[in-house]
Amino acid sequence: MSSLAVALTGNPNTGKSTIFNELTGARQKIGNWPGVTVDKKIGYLSHQGRNISVVDLPGTYSVNARSPEEKIVIDYLLNEKPDLVVDVLDSSNLERNLYLTIQLLEQGIPLLLDLNMQDEAKRHGIRVDTEKLGAALGMPVVETTARSRSSIKTLLDVFTSTMMEKYQPSEKVRAHIARVEGLRAGNLAADALEEKIIEERYAFIDSVVSECVSVAGASSDLTEKIDAVLANGWTALPLFLVMLYAVFQITFEWIGQPMADALDDFIGGPLTESVTATLESWEVADWMQSLIVDGVIGGVGGVLTFVPLIFVLFFCLSFLDGTGYMARVAFITDPIMRRVGLTGKGIMPLMMGFGCAVPAIMGARTLDSEKDRMTSILVTPFLTCGAKLPIMALFAAMFFPDNAANVVFAMYILGVIMAIIAAKLLGGTVFQEKGSTFLLELPPYRIPDMKTVLLETWDKGKGYLIKAGTIIFAMSVLIWFLGNFNFNGMTEEMNESFLAALGTGMSKLFIFHGFDTWEAGAAVITGILAKESVVSTMGILYGVGEISAEAEDAVETAATLMQSGMATAFTTMSAVAFMVFSQLYTPCVTALGTIKKETGSWKWMGFSAAYMFAIAWVVSLLVYQGGRLMGF
Amino acid sequence: MTLREGTSGQRFIIRSVAESPLKNRLMTMGLVPGTTVTVLRSAPLGDPMALRVRSYHLALRRDDAASIEVEATA
Ligand SMILES: Nc1nc2c(ncn2[C@@H]2O[C@H](COP(=O)(O)OP(=O)(O)OP(=O)(O)O)[C@@H](O)[C@H]2O)c(=O)[nH]1
Ligand SMILES: [Mg+2]
Repeated sequence: MSSLAVALTGNPNTGKSTIFNELTGARQKIGNWPGVTVDKKIGYLSHQGRNISVVDLPGTYSVNARSPEEKIVIDYLLNEKPDLVVDVLDSSNLERNLYLTIQLLEQGIPLLLDLNMQDEAKRHGIRVDTEKLGAALGMPVVETTARSRSSIKTLLDVFTSTMMEKYQPSEKVRAHIARVEGLRAGNLAADALEEKIIEERYAFIDSVVSECVSVAGASSDLTEKIDAVLANGWTALPLFLVMLYAVFQITFEWIGQPMADALDDFIGGPLTESVTATLESWEVADWMQSLIVDGVIGGVGGVLTFVPLIFVLFFCLSFLDGTGYMARVAFITDPIMRRVGLTGKGIMPLMMGFGCAVPAIMGARTLDSEKDRMTSILVTPFLTCGAKLPIMALFAAMFFPDNAANVVFAMYILGVIMAIIAAKLLGGTVFQEKGSTFLLELPPYRIPDMKTVLLETWDKGKGYLIKAGTIIFAMSVLIWFLGNFNFNGMTEEMNESFLAALGTGMSKLFIFHGFDTWEAGAAVITGILAKESVVSTMGILYGVGEISAEAEDAVETAATLMQSGMATAFTTMSAVAFMVFSQLYTPCVTALGTIKKETGSWKWMGFSAAYMFAIAWVVSLLVYQGGRLMGF
Repeated sequence: MTLREGTSGQRFIIRSVAESPLKNRLMTMGLVPGTTVTVLRSAPLGDPMALRVRSYHLALRRDDAASIEVEATA
C-alpha cells in the first residue's frame, strides 16, 4: 500500500517529540522547556499495512523564517510537502498556539489539529468543543494525551484514515485570508502592515476561542504557588545553589560514588586477578597479557569505574529537565547573565553541557541574537561534561579522600565561573554587537515522565558505555602500544617509548605547573581526542609494569598500583593544577567538529581550541604558583 | 504608563506596542493592543519580570517591557 509522510509541527513545548518518540520508538530529547528540539528528525513505522514516515520539527511560535528553527519548519513544509501536517497544540493554551495554526492556514497548508495535553486541560477545567473548532477552521481535530498509549493508538488510526483532500479552509478562514490580503494590497508601510496583520490574526483567534473554548471554575494554579518560592526575589538564587549542591551530593556522596567504589574494587581486584590467572593458565605471551591487563583493563576499566556516577548524574539532569525548573533558572539568572553580556535563556543549552558539550553547542541555536549564540558556543566547553567527570572524580578521590565531593563541586564551579568570565571578555572584545534579549515562555511545572527520564538516562549512560567499548578501547590499545614500543621494538622501559617521547614534548609546557611528567603530557594529548582518555591514559601508564613483570603479584589491585604510581607523580598542589587544566583546556575533537559545524567556520573552531588552551594554561599556572606561595 | 513600571499583582490592558527590534516577536506571542496582562513576579534585582498573558506565563526584561504602553485595570 501507499506510504504516508507525516510532519509534526506546533509551538515549542507542546509534546511533539513525546508523540514522535511514542510513534516511532525514537529517543528524541524531551524536556519541559521551550526549544528542546532544534533540528528536524525523521522516523519510520508501519500501521495497517502502510509505511509511515514521521518528522519531528522544532517548535516555533510563528513561521516568519526569522530564526533558524522557523526556517527549518517552513522550508520543510513548503518544499517537502508532507501528506499530513499535524499541528500539535497545548489545549490549555489555545490562544497563543492557534497563532501558528492560522499562519500555516494562510500559507495554504492543510492541518490536522491535535489538541494535546488533554489531561492538563481537564485539570484546569478547560473544555474545547472539538466539533465547533473543526468547523470554525474547516480542519480535522483530534484530542490526545501524548504520554498515554491509547492516545497514540488513536492518533495512528486518525493518520491512516484522514483524507486531507476532503478538507477545505472554512468560510471564516477564507474571509480572514481575504482581509489579510486586502491589507497587503493596501499601501501601508512594512512595519505598520506587519502590526495590522498580527492584530488581524489575534482578532480571528479571539473570535474562534470565544466560540469553542469554555473554562469551568478557575482552579488554583499550582505553578504560581511553586514559583512564589522558587522564582521569587531573593530566595530564588540561594535555592538554586542548594539544588545544584543536592545534585552533587546525590551523585558523588550518596549513590554514585559508593557504587563507583564497589565497581573499582571489582575491576581492580577479582576481575584483574581472574583475567591474569586465566591468561597465565593459557600460557598467553607476556606482551599479550600486558596488552589485555594493562592496556584494556587499565584503560577501559579506569573509565568504566565511573559509569555509576554518569548514570546518577544523567538521571538528575534529565529529571530536572522534565520539571520545568530549567526555565525558572533562566529567569532568575538573567540578571547575572545580562551583566556578562549574555541572556538567561542561554542557561538551558548551557546546562546540557554538564552532560556533553555537543548537544549543548547545538542547543545554542535557540538563542535570539548571533552574539548570544556565538558566545554560548565558545564558552560551553568550559563546563564539566560527563567525560571530564572521571578526571575530577579520580583526582579528588585520590588526593582529597575526605573531601572528594566538595573538591569536585569546586571544579564544577570553576568551569562555570570561567565560562562567565570568558563570556564577558568575548562580549567586550570579539562580539561588540549590542542587543541581547530575553523573551521566554515559562511552562507549567510538570511531574517528569519517569519512562522518559529513565530511557534518557539509559541512553546517555549507554552512549558512555559504547564509547568506552569502542573509541576508548581502541585508544587504550593505541596508548598501550605507544607506551610499550619504540623504534627498536618492544621495550621494558616505558620511559623510552614513543609515548614518552610525545609526552615529554608536551610536558615542556608545564614545567611551572608542577606536572611536567611525560605521563601527564601524554594524558593531555590523548584528552584532546576524547576526555575520557585522560583517565585511561593514567590507568595504563601508572598501572603498568608491575603486573606484567611479576604476574603473581597481581593480587595487588591495578587500582592501588595506579594510585601509588600517581601519588608519587603528583603533589596535592600539582594534582589541583592538573585538574584545573583538564577542566578548562581545548575541547575534544567531537566538540570541535560541532563548533565548526555550528559556526560554519574553521576560524572559530581554531580560535576555540587555542583560546581555551591558553586560558587553561594561565589559570592552572596561577593556581599552582599561588598555592605554593601560600605554602601548600 | 508602560509595562516597565508594573509591579507584582497589577493588571493592565495593552494600549500599543512601540517600534523596537522585539516588537514583532512580542506581538506574535500575543501581546497585542487590547490584551490583558498580569504582572506575576520579578527575578532577583527586580528584573526580568514574569507575566500572565493569554493563559500562559511569559518572562521578559523591563527594558523590553518599556515599549509596551499599558493602562491599569481592575
Ligand atoms: N501532562 C502532559 N504532559 C505532556 C503531554 N505531552 C507532552 N508532555 C510534556 O510536555 C513537555 C514537552 O514535551 P516535548 O515532547 O519535549 O515537547 P516538544 O513539542 O517536542 O517541544 P520543543 O522540542 O521544545 O518544541 C514534556 O515535559 C512532556 O513530558 C501530555 O499530553 N500531557
Ligand atoms: Mg521537541
